[in-house]
Amino acid sequence: MIVRRVREKIAFTFLRLSALLVLVILIAILYYIVSNGVAVVNMNFLLKNPEKGMTGGGIFPAIVGTFYLIALTLLFALPLGVSTAVYLSEYARGKNDRVLTIIKVATRILAGIPSIVYGLLGLGLFVFVLNLRFSLLSASLTLSFLTVPIIIAASEEALESVPMSYREAALALGATKWQTVRSAVLPYALPGIMTGSILGLSRAAGETAPIMITGVAYYLPRLPASPFDQFMALPFHIFTLSTQSSNPQLTRPFQFGTVFVLMALVLLMNLVAIVIRNRYGKLRR
Amino acid sequence: MTALSTSRFKIQTKNLNLWFGEKHVLKDVNIGIEEKRITAIMGPSGCGKTTLIRVFNRMNEIIPGCRTSGEVLLDGKNVYSSDIDVVELRRRVGLVFQKPNPFPKSIHDNVAFGPKIHGITRKKQLDDFVRFSLEEAALWDEVKDRMNDSALSLSGGQQQRLCIARALAVAPEVILMDEPCSALDPVATAKIEMLMRKLAENYTVIIVTHNMQQAARVSDLTFFMYLGEVIEYGETKKIFESPKNELTEKYISGKFG
Amino acid sequence: MRTGAHNILKMDAIIEKFFLLCALSSILIIGLIFTFLFKEGIQTFFYVSPARFFIGSIWQPVAEIPKYGVLPLLSGSILVTSAATVIALPMSILCATYLAEVSHPALREILKPIIEILAGIPSVVFGFIALTILADFTQSIFNTIYRLNALNGAIILAVMIIPTIVSLSDDAISAIPREYKEAALALGATRWETSRRVVLPAARSGIVVATMLGIGRAIGETMAVLMATGNAPLLTFDLLSSVETMTATIAIEMGEVAFGSPHYHALFAIGLVLFAMTFAVNLVAELVSGRMRGLRS
Repeated sequence: MIVRRVREKIAFTFLRLSALLVLVILIAILYYIVSNGVAVVNMNFLLKNPEKGMTGGGIFPAIVGTFYLIALTLLFALPLGVSTAVYLSEYARGKNDRVLTIIKVATRILAGIPSIVYGLLGLGLFVFVLNLRFSLLSASLTLSFLTVPIIIAASEEALESVPMSYREAALALGATKWQTVRSAVLPYALPGIMTGSILGLSRAAGETAPIMITGVAYYLPRLPASPFDQFMALPFHIFTLSTQSSNPQLTRPFQFGTVFVLMALVLLMNLVAIVIRNRYGKLRR
Repeated sequence: MTALSTSRFKIQTKNLNLWFGEKHVLKDVNIGIEEKRITAIMGPSGCGKTTLIRVFNRMNEIIPGCRTSGEVLLDGKNVYSSDIDVVELRRRVGLVFQKPNPFPKSIHDNVAFGPKIHGITRKKQLDDFVRFSLEEAALWDEVKDRMNDSALSLSGGQQQRLCIARALAVAPEVILMDEPCSALDPVATAKIEMLMRKLAENYTVIIVTHNMQQAARVSDLTFFMYLGEVIEYGETKKIFESPKNELTEKYISGKFG
Repeated sequence: MRTGAHNILKMDAIIEKFFLLCALSSILIIGLIFTFLFKEGIQTFFYVSPARFFIGSIWQPVAEIPKYGVLPLLSGSILVTSAATVIALPMSILCATYLAEVSHPALREILKPIIEILAGIPSVVFGFIALTILADFTQSIFNTIYRLNALNGAIILAVMIIPTIVSLSDDAISAIPREYKEAALALGATRWETSRRVVLPAARSGIVVATMLGIGRAIGETMAVLMATGNAPLLTFDLLSSVETMTATIAIEMGEVAFGSPHYHALFAIGLVLFAMTFAVNLVAELVSGRMRGLRS
């Protein structure tokens, strides 16, 4: 009897330790980044252009580039993702099980495709075949392909959690399918859709590989004036600073600073998404 | 308390109260369960009968917010005292649930689960335990050729008997049955009722039921509960033929519940 | 029928078609990926025989006589991924079991977002950590000759896939019905015995799916391994050696190739192999999880 109790104690201790280890890893990562980066980040750093071979000035263009990317990706991915989810959740239920399953499986497989492969698609399709060249447009279209599965999954979940009774009430009043979806379903799924989209975009903001081969640049003298221009971006800046610049040791402070800024951006987006989910997502239960 | 005072009580409660959060579910319950007899606890939905039997094997504790006061004695010892290990208690006091819940394992492994946990590892010994329990539960003949099949392939009645066998395999002293037949058809029900009477030869059996006819058919003693209190108890025949309390009489004649 | 109502219904039908088209985009995108990878990748075999590509053990695209053997890159990916899985799996399952079976609900509500945050950290940040502090760490503990090596990559990759495996496994374990747990407890099992002998075995297929998806993510990871493993296309199973993964190769070399050159096509061919592998892993995961039942009709 005692042996069984001891075994349980030992097992539970290991379980607790493993969770603790994961927690410690995260804290260590955050500590490493914050402690080394916070000294570097100030208003100059955020608002000035790079100078002296990336050892002075700031990373302003990279920040701007990342924001442009996020905006354009949102523009392309959100409508497509939400529309797909609306079809899967509202129109396809009941009929066409086969098509429905294939689309759902395709979406999940897409979510597991490596980001560099999306980059290759972007290179072949947007840069060359559609002749968009190396540009913000190519890069953000590529990123939106990558983001769409994430938005689909989150939106689908949000839509499916809207109670059937809402739809039935609208239909019983004589609303058409679309009127029902628009007024009795979508508004209630909005928090979930927003949460999923923000999380998807935060992932897009952090991606390097796809934009590496579709248009990002290490140093540009000017900000992009149109979507057809090349651009700088935070993730690629980090990569190049730490691996390709002529003296990584000298640029180390900037590396930490840029990592700090990117992490802050991503964490902020995650936080907003979580807050939205907690405050608005579970109102109806 | 006429017919109950002479036999030794296997289980006894003294001023038992139980709360789930703010809800006072059991109120000042003072009862005694006689050894090796079938005791039925009946009453309308929500009267606390399931909660009461789950006190005997401390299964209510799994639910957060559960609080008790008073004593519950098994063979004279309070089950809440600190030197009783709840795990050992649950071996001695077995529970059969309302809806059959066999593990998603083979028939053999379901019954062998209990003995394995309690240290029986040799295959021959385990097989003997399994066979013995299945025979006691009147299921052996029906499953002896399919011991490795999934338990979920059995019919509802068979699954319930499997759960009984599984409970018997740890050699309990008391068997609690929470409306064991409510999910079963009449034929399966009859089989289990027959089984109960056989089991009472060796085990103390307590069944919860809202089916009065079943209580009348099967039990030696009956408790009637209403809204968390024990209203009346005694020999089953006497309760049904000449109930002392007006509430009991109303329930028995179907005026409510 | 009044024309007003007729028009609304017509609109509705058009809208439905629109949504259907959007939904088909998922399939379209997969098709596009395959098409482009195939179209550009297949042209590799005008310059090098399939045998030389698939089982060639030297990858030296910039040499007098370029060699396009994918084996060193494949072995790099497999080595780093396997090692990462070996490191991540036990810890992930333990952590998921803790979350699902042991932790108080309040603590769980704090830990789950933390794991989500870990999952949301960009891969280039993980790469940066592997390049700087982790490499120092592994070098001092394991006395490695090369600072950036497969082990380095495996460790950082493990950290990256732990959140994936943990959260999916936690979903699987939490989905096991309460009735099984109650039955076990009522038989006198301890909570650990219940978890170990009833709940975890019942959740086995869900945990397998979670692991497969974690492996899929590991194979497809680019930046972290690019910055962590040293990028030497060596065919080896030595964890302390520098290696190069398929993903890293494509990312690094694509910036330096001429459009339409053999090297360019070879990189697409690698992409094709990568696509095939991750497609297969994810497809099998879907099959195992039984979510393709709708196809039987």
